[in-house]
Parts: sequence; C-alpha cells; structure tokens
Amino acid sequence: MFDFLDLDRYDLFGAFWTTVQLTVLSGIGSLIWGTILAAMRVSPVPIMRAFGTVYVHVFRNTPLTLIIVACSQLLAYTLGMTMWADFGTQSLSFRLAVLGFVLYTSTFVCEALRSGINTVPVGQAEAARALGLSFTQVLTLIVLPQAFRAVVAPLANVLIALTKNTTVAAAIGVAEAALLMRDMIEQEAQLVPIAILFAFGFIVLTLPTGLFLGWVAKRAAVKR
Amino acid sequence: MRLRKASALAASAAALVLTATACGGGGDDGITIGIKFDQPGLGLQNEEGDFVGFDVDVARYIAGELGYEEDEITFEEAPSPEREQLLDRGDVDMIVASYSITEEREEQVDFAGPYFVAHQDLLLRTDTEVPTPEAINDLTLCSVSGSTSAENVQRDFAPDANLQPFNTYSECLTGLENGTLDALTTDDSILAGYAAQEQHQGKFALAGLELSDEYYGVGLPKDSEDLEDVNDAIAQMVEDGTWEELVQEHFGPANYEADAAPEIGARP
Repeated sequence: MFDFLDLDRYDLFGAFWTTVQLTVLSGIGSLIWGTILAAMRVSPVPIMRAFGTVYVHVFRNTPLTLIIVACSQLLAYTLGMTMWADFGTQSLSFRLAVLGFVLYTSTFVCEALRSGINTVPVGQAEAARALGLSFTQVLTLIVLPQAFRAVVAPLANVLIALTKNTTVAAAIGVAEAALLMRDMIEQEAQLVPIAILFAFGFIVLTLPTGLFLGWVAKRAAVKR
Repeated sequence: MRLRKASALAASAAALVLTATACGGGGDDGITIGIKFDQPGLGLQNEEGDFVGFDVDVARYIAGELGYEEDEITFEEAPSPEREQLLDRGDVDMIVASYSITEEREEQVDFAGPYFVAHQDLLLRTDTEVPTPEAINDLTLCSVSGSTSAENVQRDFAPDANLQPFNTYSECLTGLENGTLDALTTDDSILAGYAAQEQHQGKFALAGLELSDEYYGVGLPKDSEDLEDVNDAIAQMVEDGTWEELVQEHFGPANYEADAAPEIGARP
C-alpha cells in the first residue's frame, strides 16, 4: 500500500520543513505588518486611516493564488525584482511566496487585532489621555497589550489558515509539501494514498498549534 | 406542511443528482475520450469551443476505427495528475493526452501504442544560441512542476541548472520573453505547439537536442478488451498515411521534424 513512499527519492520531511519555514516567517511578518495596519486604522490621522482601510479591503478580497502568482510573474519575472536572489532559484520563489503571504495574511491579523482593541474599555484610553500620554503611548502601553491578550484565539485561527494556505506557494514552484505531493502523484500514479499521507502531515502540523494556542488563549485572556 | 413540501423537494433534487451522476460518463452509445484542453498542437480547446490538435485527431481516428460516429465522441479534460483515476473510475473510456508510458503507470492502467515518440528539448528565444548539453547547467530553466521533464533535468542532464517550476507552460513564456529565463524545457511536441502559436511566431525556437525519449501511449483501463482493437487502429493509421498527414498538419508550422512512427508495443 505504501510502497510509493521512497524517502530516498522524495524528500518528504524536507518538504514539510519548507512548509513550516514558510508558515513561521510569513506568520512573523504578518504579525508585524498587521499590527502596523491596525494602528493605522485606529489612528487620528485621516490619510493613514484611509490607507489602512483601502489596503485591507483590496488584499483581503483578492484571491491568494492571484497575489502569489502576481508576486512571481509581475514583480520578479517581468519587473525584475529579484529580492537579492538569482532567477530560477528556490530562494527567489521562497522569498516571493513569503512576501505574498505577508501581504495577504496581515489583513486578517489587522482585523482580528482591531476587534481586540474594541474589547478594551474606552475609559482606559481616556484615562491614559488625561494623564498626558501621546497616541503612540496610549496604543503601545495601554491598549495593544490588552488587545493582544484578547485575540490569541482568533490569531490562532489565522495561523492555522496560513499553514494550509502555504500550499498555494506550489503555484510558483516553492518546494513545499503540496509541490512534492503533485510530483509524487505524477510519478507514482497513486492519487488517493498520497493525498491521504499529505492531509495527515498537515493535521500533524495544525492540530498541536490549535491545541497549544487554545490553552494560551485561556491563560492570557483578560478577566473582566 | 410547508416543511414537508420543502423536504420532498430536497429529496427529489437529491434523487435527480444521484441519477445524473450515475449515468455521467461512458454511456452505452458513444465513447468518452480524455484529452488535454490546454496544449497547443496536441489538444487545445479553441475560441469556438472546438478541439484541435494531434492527440485529438488521433483520438477521433481510433474512435472511428472502433465503430463510433463523430457525434458519438465526447471529449473530457484529463489533467495529468488525474489520468489514472479517470480511467480507473470509468469516467473516460480512453485517454489520448501526451500520456508517456512509464513502468509505474503501467501498473495502474493499460497502454495501447505507442503512437508517437517525443524527446525532451529546450525552447529558446530566437536570438540565443543553442547550448551544448554541458552548458545547460549554466542556464535558468523553466518547466511545469510535477512533470517528467522537470525531474529529468534535476536528476540527469543538468543537476546544477536553476530550475523554476510553474503551474502552466504559459507562465514560463512570460519570463522567457522578458529575458529573465533562458529556456523552457519539456517534450518537443509540446514546445513545437507553443512555438507555432500565432502570438509567439518568430519569437521562440526549438534547440533540437534530444535529451530523452517519451513514448506516448493511449491509456485504457486495466485489462481492457479494446487493447487489441486500439493497437490495430494505430497500426492502420500509420499504414494508410493518416499519421504522416496529421504530423505535418499539427507540427509542420514549427519546423519540427518528428521521428518515424514507433512500433506497436515498443517501450522505453
């Protein structure tokens, strides 16, 4: 049944390791860029609010495959943006994929975080303002720390979705799990067992993430 | 009352769907053939919705020899990863879709033919020189992920070359045209189709390197009764000159010299 699983020929663990790397790097990038976007959307400067709103609506409503393929076809292979890598190399595709995932996933991080900001009672921000703190200080010292603690669970959702979304990187040839799956199906001609194997691999990645972050969410939540 | 009406409606809808799937594909009168819809020269659906290409005409000829009229043939798309499943489930009766005969695939399906021998080759911009086989290692190549050609590059003849896999060959052409990629590599029969396309004419040329042998066979379900008949049909097609005509018609415009028709039963 599992005679297609020739580990010398197919680098199964390497492929899933690439999936993990894509997830972690894109996750960190999205967290940073998403936080900045959320700050823009609640800021008192109208132009920043407008930018944040337009950005979130454009990228959240564009299919991910389109964003990833555009990063490769448009930015790299037409405009020649190589991101300090050579054309046709794995590192170029990898970096482009991370860029695409950050552009897309940060919108979900931003919206989750904005809902977290709404859980912080208005009185706290008002009290901070009354003490003479600036907008940046109110956000970074008072509001965001409490907002983050409230949105661990929604952010875990975003992270799990991101893990599975990394399969889209196969479209531009990043050697991650979905690309290896396609290779193996083409070479071994056994669709169902190979698909089950990879589905299992993703469960191994996402299930512990969900359970762990669920536990963290309970511990971290602000009891009001 | 209203609820009962709704559930009755749902039940009848479900019944309709079930019967519709039960008789979908491979009915008694007619034949369903799996082809590619997106490969110029081999199997392509044109703007009017008709199918054109070498594989399509071969499929029509074989179906004709098996006793089917033109209007009894139904063409289904057979994407590469799904070909064995389509045959196994009986969704299609045969597959004529640049289907290379390999040992692994022969364990799953039966192959009639081969009806064509293709070779892996490079498609270059017309302004670039044809590289020696050793110099391919220095090029930036492009191919479709999961294809035999991509695997051949990495394993056999250019392990050091940069290889960019994409989903479709058309995506490779963007980079090739802009000079960010040096060559597109796959079977020469497929490359010839792209080079001969109207919007690409004069831009790209085949290198003419024969880097591998691909025997295209007609895929049939395991232990199919039609195997002998399909083999006879292919032999007859070669004998009566139709094969030669089809090769000229579909590959001629790209200046592509196809090999002579292979022996029935030849294997790599």
